[in-house]
Amino acid sequence: CEEKEKYYMKGKLCEDHCILQHSNRLCVVTLAETHPILQDGRAIKSINYQISNGCSRLNNKVSGKSKRGAQFLTDFAPLCRIMCSDDTEYTIYSCIRGRLLEVNENILETPNLLLEKPSTEGYIAVILPKFEESKSITENLLTREEFEAVVSKRSLSQPP
Amino acid sequence: MLPLKEKDKPIVQKLLSAGCCARCVLRFCCVSVQAAYRQAQHETLKELQTFIMEKENNKVQDSADIKPHDTESSQTVEDPPCKRAKLDPTEAVQSETDDAAMVTLKKEESSVCALCLGILQDLCGPDQAIKIVETVKSQNYEFDTLVLSVSLPAQLCVREHSCWLHVKKEVRQKGLVLDKDDVIQVKEAFKWIMQGLVTKQLEGVAVVSKSPFEVGVEFTHPDTESDCHFLAKCCPDCFKPTKNKQSVFTRMAVVKALEKISDVKFLEHYPCPPSEPSGSCTPQDIQCLHVSVFIAGRYNKFCRSLPQTPWVIDGERRMESSVEELIAAPILSAFRADGFNFSSSGREDVDVRTLGNGRPFAMELLNPHRSRFSKVEMKQVQETINKSSDKIRVRDLQIVTREAMSRMKEGEEEKTKSYTALVWTQKSIENEDISFINDIKDLTLDQKTPLRVLHRRALAIRQRVIHSMNVRFVDSHHFYLGLKTQAGTYIKEFVHGDFGRTKPNLCLLLKTDTDILELDVESVDVDWPPPIPE
Repeated sequence: CEEKEKYYMKGKLCEDHCILQHSNRLCVVTLAETHPILQDGRAIKSINYQISNGCSRLNNKVSGKSKRGAQFLTDFAPLCRIMCSDDTEYTIYSCIRGRLLEVNENILETPNLLLEKPSTEGYIAVILPKFEESKSITENLLTREEFEAVVSKRSLSQPP
Repeated sequence: MLPLKEKDKPIVQKLLSAGCCARCVLRFCCVSVQAAYRQAQHETLKELQTFIMEKENNKVQDSADIKPHDTESSQTVEDPPCKRAKLDPTEAVQSETDDAAMVTLKKEESSVCALCLGILQDLCGPDQAIKIVETVKSQNYEFDTLVLSVSLPAQLCVREHSCWLHVKKEVRQKGLVLDKDDVIQVKEAFKWIMQGLVTKQLEGVAVVSKSPFEVGVEFTHPDTESDCHFLAKCCPDCFKPTKNKQSVFTRMAVVKALEKISDVKFLEHYPCPPSEPSGSCTPQDIQCLHVSVFIAGRYNKFCRSLPQTPWVIDGERRMESSVEELIAAPILSAFRADGFNFSSSGREDVDVRTLGNGRPFAMELLNPHRSRFSKVEMKQVQETINKSSDKIRVRDLQIVTREAMSRMKEGEEEKTKSYTALVWTQKSIENEDISFINDIKDLTLDQKTPLRVLHRRALAIRQRVIHSMNVRFVDSHHFYLGLKTQAGTYIKEFVHGDFGRTKPNLCLLLKTDTDILELDVESVDVDWPPPIPE
């Protein structure tokens, strides 16, 4: 498997996402290791794919090779909301445009997967970008080097 | 002596004066004696003219008595009497036909037939036979027999229909019926004339009605192509626009429309009899086609950087060569075929080897110029393939039937396969840690469509069974895993888990991250094609 990592940083709260893109253009949305959920020994209270009254990511039904019926996501589309044991709540975002193929239901049963294996079994969702956009969608994201540069600046600017 | 009857006279007369050639007249008289068409045109014409000038009392037969008492040796094959003729005794044809016949004679000599557009006139004779044979010989095919296929412009049907209506009026007045289906087709008459001539030129190769080798003769007549167009307005549902920009006026569509259109409507839009054409048809290049030949065998793949089919993206080749090209090249050259379709009982990835007896495959060879190969010759072709590259190997190479192809696809869904994988473990292991795997039998997996193929396959969960496994310890982070599985099992995903989307998987079983470093196919358990002893 050839997969490249690209990083997406949302807001000031360091809600960092990591997008893994396969050479076949498919993207897997995961939490970057710097995401608050993975810090300070937090435990997960609940994961909710119901992002609004009318929309649950669990209702995403995809059929056929062309993935008809898939919910179409924009960069800012929420995928799920995660509530931690210390009552902090975080929204996980799509980060890229494309069709939502699946969300990870394993983490509903076993939330620890998200904490222990955020880059593999603890993934959040799989998104298929449009063929024409397959290269451009990750251009706005940060490479590993750029990401690390921002992270280190962050820790410098944070008060001790 | 033409087998014509008194009732044919009005037909002959009407058609000759409408500008039809002698042979087309015979067709409308339902003459099925092949020799009648083979005789020289001017002879036939003369006989026809004599015939219509005969007075009634020269008649030999009573028209009600149909059965031919053939004294002529020229009568070879005669169709059984047609149901068409319902007869009344007729009055003799008046002598006004004499003048008409003379006029027709002059016209006939120089003009192109309004019905066959010249096809049964100067476009079927020894010259054409020579041309056909020259083309066939130049293309260097191996054949024992051939079949002539003829493609005629669709507008001939329209002209035929027009002439039929022309004659129908006349014929009905005399109380007769002429069924359109009893009229001899232009195609048939053409073949009756040409088959013998071609056989003669080929010094004995039989021109038959069914043969693996087809020689196609095509005629076009651009000037009259628009003859069909009015049908599209009258019967639009017969003419569906095609995806390829080919003409929508196919023969089939035109025939269908002619069956539907009323006589009245037809006559509103098309002259009856049809107008005289300005020139003859144009013969197109003669096309030779040999029926496909099917080759089967089993292949081994020893290379970890060889795709099964050519790997081309945006016109650029990404990887050199492919299994199918390496196998096909010597076969294409031996059979002198134009192209091929390759298929196999399943496929392996670029980086996977195929060992053991190999994987069954079959190839359709398109338009082979040579099709007969002895067992020894097939062995030689196999040797050539095997010598050409060390990346692949072929065995059991043989010619099979088209039906045999389905045997091969059976294997893809139903039969079991065996593999060996080189596994890496993140945690340190010892032999005791992995030996329990030897005892696992019939493990059912739920495999979601692997991410690596999800872009081109539907999202689904497959249940697949791993029948048995065995392990061979290598070192603290490596071991060989042998597996015997149901067809369609994704081995790589069973080993690394595919983000947890294949369950159970080896990571879960061993409680450590694992990855697959190498994979080999050990056997594809399909017992086809039949093995050929070395």
